[in-house]
Amino acid sequence: MNAHDEDRMKELLRQAVSRVDDDAKAGRDLWPAMRKRMEARPAGLAQFHFSWFDWALAAGLVAFVGFLPSSIPVILYYL
Amino acid sequence: MQNDVSKVLDEFREGRAGTFEAAFETLFHQHQRAVYGWILRIVRNPAAAEDLTIETFWRIYKAHARFEPARGFEGWARRIATHAALDWLRALRPEDELPPDIPSVSTGNPAITAEIRRMTGLAFGRLPPKLRIAATLAVVEEQPYKDVAAALGISVGAVKLRVFRALRLLRKDLEREGMKP
Repeated sequence: MNAHDEDRMKELLRQAVSRVDDDAKAGRDLWPAMRKRMEARPAGLAQFHFSWFDWALAAGLVAFVGFLPSSIPVILYYL
Repeated sequence: MQNDVSKVLDEFREGRAGTFEAAFETLFHQHQRAVYGWILRIVRNPAAAEDLTIETFWRIYKAHARFEPARGFEGWARRIATHAALDWLRALRPEDELPPDIPSVSTGNPAITAEIRRMTGLAFGRLPPKLRIAATLAVVEEQPYKDVAAALGISVGAVKLRVFRALRLLRKDLEREGMKP
């Protein structure tokens, strides 16, 4: 694709997809929704969130090490 | 006035109970319109832009300790907003069409038919999100390459390359559909 083709494609794209108005603004005040989200999930707690899969993986690892204590050096080696 | 701005930014970054929430609310009201406008330019869907504005400020709220006042709040917020919008575009199905009711600037050219416009719009929606976002901001929205690069966290050269690849893919896609752009 040469420079002429590139300019042609740019023009075509500008015709197909309109530019957003510079004065576009949200249809509602977003602060109440923001406030609601902050109250629902405090940031400090969100940092320490673990999914059920994390817990299941940890439980599986503990059980495995419990049954086979000799595997501990092998696990540590691969960490 | 300048002192007030830097005081708010310092209070936001420090995150101390009592001043942090008020500083965050001030920053939200000061920047929500700019953040919403930037996101709307990328996602071109007003409802999604509203949700993503809240998502962006939520990420800002959580990441306050990583904010560097010397680098400015607006650029930082724009970068987070761009990544939130990119995540949304990645989750979007390729066949989803752009909504026609966004507040836009008319640039109609009678030489280009409605059918060509429609097919180009559809082909544009099928572009990979990383290329689509660069082409939207640099070509459609005519934002300076420097600003696009800062928002995407890449170099100006990389933005130019992404725009070129987007246009080339778009051309190939249209040719496959039987159009000669």
